[in-house]
Amino acid sequence: MELWGVSLDQPATYWQIWEWVSVSIPNLLWILAMVGLFVGALLIPFPKGKDES
Amino acid sequence: MSAPTTDRPAAGTEFEPTTWTGSIRKRWLNTLPPEKMLPENQPSYVASWIYVFGMLTIVALLIVLVSGSILTVGGVQWFHTSSLGHFVNSLHYWSVQLFFMFMLVHLAGKFWMAAWRGGRALTWMTGVAAFLSSVGVAFTGYTITTNFNSQWIAFEAKDVMNAAGVGAVFNVADFGQMVLLHVMLLPVVLGVIVVAHVLLVRKHGVVPPLQAIDNEITGGVASS
Repeated sequence: MELWGVSLDQPATYWQIWEWVSVSIPNLLWILAMVGLFVGALLIPFPKGKDES
Repeated sequence: MSAPTTDRPAAGTEFEPTTWTGSIRKRWLNTLPPEKMLPENQPSYVASWIYVFGMLTIVALLIVLVSGSILTVGGVQWFHTSSLGHFVNSLHYWSVQLFFMFMLVHLAGKFWMAAWRGGRALTWMTGVAAFLSSVGVAFTGYTITTNFNSQWIAFEAKDVMNAAGVGAVFNVADFGQMVLLHVMLLPVVLGVIVVAHVLLVRKHGVVPPLQAIDNEITGGVASS
């Protein structure tokens, strides 16, 4: 089964960054999603309430 | 929106207690009057997505607790063999992933706004304790999913625990000990810490952004 290019029923592929430093692609995607959430939370405008319009 | 005023004594505190229950009530109402405990308004700077992640973390935790309770009632065979069991098992797993994701975004937001300011050190430290105990709950959970993955994790971790010298009292290969830690002791510890964390946030109020403090000093108006 594949989801966004990531196989869910096989061992994950790893990105060997440097010697023993590596990260699995699913973990990397999850970390990038988390960073994206953080940046989005800072930049995306918060909706105004009814009493503030 | 404005912060609730706290100058006047809370309703119900103008009495001299003669019993220990009365003393607790008076102290509780002085520390957390109803308008602080359950506020209707928040300061304008709270109107930002970064302030949402604390509550998102709690919502994810509630889903973890509910789905975990269902798994406990259904049992191992049920969640491994039935489609509904698979669904609840997945719900439990993915709500844990979201719990940690939201908690880390919450942590990053609070770190970069130095949320320990203004007498909030204990609020920060209960957050640290909540994070560490969450790691413990998650770890014990990973060792009891009753599949090859949990077997692998438990027997890798066993060597780590033995190397650290705690393997005799914290035996990750002891399924019964891991189950009881995961479904009883550690969730209670985490729950108490989270409740204390939320009560401290209510007591001290949501931390203002650094910019709001600068504006206050220079006479400017804090913007959302």
